[in-house]
Amino acid sequence: MAVVTATAGPAVSRRAAHPILALVGRRALFGIVTLFVVSLVVFLATQVLPGNAAAAVLGRNATPASLRVLEHQMHLDRSVAAQYWGWLSGLFTGKLGNSLASGQPVWGLVSGRLINSGVLVFVTGAIGSTVGVALGAAAALRRDSQFDHVTSVVALAVTSLPEFVIAIALIIVFSTVVSHLLPAVSLLAPGTYAWQQPELLVLPVATLVIVIVPYIMRMMRAAMIEALESDYVEMARLKGVPEWQIVLRHALPNAIAPTIQVIGLNFLYLAGGIVVVEYIFNFPGIGQGLVSAVGDSDIPVIQLIVVILAAFYVFMNIVTDVIAVLATPRRRIAR
Amino acid sequence: MAVVTPGRFPAEQVPGPARAAGRRGHLPEWLSSLWAAVRTTRGGIGLALVSLIVGLAVIGPWITPSPPNALLTLDYARPGGHFLLGSDALGRDVLSRVLAGGWLLLLMAAAATVLGVMLGAAAGVSAAYLRGVSDGIIMRTIDVILSFPQLVFALLLLSVIGPKLWLIVLAVAVSHAPQVGRVLRSATLDISEQDYVKAVELQGTRPAKVMMKEIMPNLVSPLMVEVGLRLTYSIVIIAGLAFLGFGQQPPASNWGSMINENRIGLALNPWAVIVPAALIALLTIGMNTFTDAVARVAIGVERRPEEAALLDELVPREIA
Repeated sequence: MAVVTATAGPAVSRRAAHPILALVGRRALFGIVTLFVVSLVVFLATQVLPGNAAAAVLGRNATPASLRVLEHQMHLDRSVAAQYWGWLSGLFTGKLGNSLASGQPVWGLVSGRLINSGVLVFVTGAIGSTVGVALGAAAALRRDSQFDHVTSVVALAVTSLPEFVIAIALIIVFSTVVSHLLPAVSLLAPGTYAWQQPELLVLPVATLVIVIVPYIMRMMRAAMIEALESDYVEMARLKGVPEWQIVLRHALPNAIAPTIQVIGLNFLYLAGGIVVVEYIFNFPGIGQGLVSAVGDSDIPVIQLIVVILAAFYVFMNIVTDVIAVLATPRRRIAR
Repeated sequence: MAVVTPGRFPAEQVPGPARAAGRRGHLPEWLSSLWAAVRTTRGGIGLALVSLIVGLAVIGPWITPSPPNALLTLDYARPGGHFLLGSDALGRDVLSRVLAGGWLLLLMAAAATVLGVMLGAAAGVSAAYLRGVSDGIIMRTIDVILSFPQLVFALLLLSVIGPKLWLIVLAVAVSHAPQVGRVLRSATLDISEQDYVKAVELQGTRPAKVMMKEIMPNLVSPLMVEVGLRLTYSIVIIAGLAFLGFGQQPPASNWGSMINENRIGLALNPWAVIVPAALIALLTIGMNTFTDAVARVAIGVERRPEEAALLDELVPREIA
């Protein structure tokens, strides 16, 4: 026993200095390495793997002369390492060449879309988390009530639905067959952004909120029930602490930690979920950009968007981990 | 319950004490838990929905009232007369296209699921059992694949090689593998500590044989749940890709692409969209409900493994 404490002692004190900073550092370093590998995978897959990307772009209309011109334009006549280096440095300097479909600079095409998608993800995440946490907490407090049963069945049904089915249902109800309250497509005038016409955001946000709420709600309910049945809540009850105080001060903070991880995971989901939803509503974000770029074999655009989405993914993973540790005192000091 | 090592998998999820390899009861464990799941309300409803839709998709191509790809009438004709569900964007019979448009989607989803779960199980079990360098390589590969949203991963591959059906199946399978791998890795970590595994190891059995004969039989329950979950997601992703225009070539009908082809005419003939969308919805709801019932019976938790794992698994290893 003495040996154990002796070995554990220094480790704890060393970590106690900056445990969170150390964690962030480790995670960030690991994230950068992962991103580097991801960029390599994306690059090799799109540029090199299929024999010749230029041939894929030109398709059946390829002539030897046009192939050579495009190969030169895409730098395919250089060595793989040189191509990768050129592309990687382009990611940081913003010089990624031109779109093969429209001829415009890639970064210019993507940056406006990135802002729109960012607004979509942020608004969805904010609304979805609030609604999910509230519904989950309510279901836990009224466990086995009618409300609890109905929400849990609805949640189970909704979690299985593809985004496009939810979106189509909303379009049928709100913008075509049943009523015409909202626009079915989110067409934006060039140079304007999504928040300038909020009504265009309603249906895309509603679709994504419906997708993410059940997950957050279910985790919040489970964590809240666990907290309400815990010894410290029992203790507080015995001490005569008012019920509202037990819920708000004792149960909720402890239930929110695992829920935050699920919220983080749902932000991760949004990175993929926006692709289909933006396409359906014609919302000018990077998801819709990716679909049309894949349709046009516009490789520079595909590369950039996929790397952005992967970077967001890796970044959110780190943020989720760190917040989860910060939100759980037990884990902050454990071991 | 045997002694369970404090792992990241909740104790209830570790399958019971050593079911010695080769020893067989009257009913295999997986069949009896499937049967128990079917007898619950959820499981019964789920299975009934799935059987209904799968049955429709399988016999559908044989009972189409008209040729599914023939241009027969006006665009977006309302239901009536010969055409019970009206016509689509090109004047084709919606009912026939619905009946013909499900089987390939289901076949692709099933293939992607089987392949993905096999890949993931192989990766997860080897990582946990072999440890060391193999574990590191497998887990880092998983991290890289997990850096892409599943649909984006599939789109990336499709953008390179073109919308080939085998590639869609392969892309979806590969994007499933990491998730399956993670769940099975943590289950294996617990099982490989059990005495009966140690006993076989001491007899000098090769690792491959230990994994196949001793560890895999004990992973049947989490594997069943994973198959159900991944099947649901496979349907969602493959139908989604078809919706985005990456699936069968145009004249062929597919529930996913039908929704996209006909949504411009929603106001004229909504059935051309509602019916395929409802079929996909009922199928995924049924699949998910049935999986939920299996998870409750076979693993005995209120939550799904993916959610249960979240509570413990996603906490950074170095702090948890």
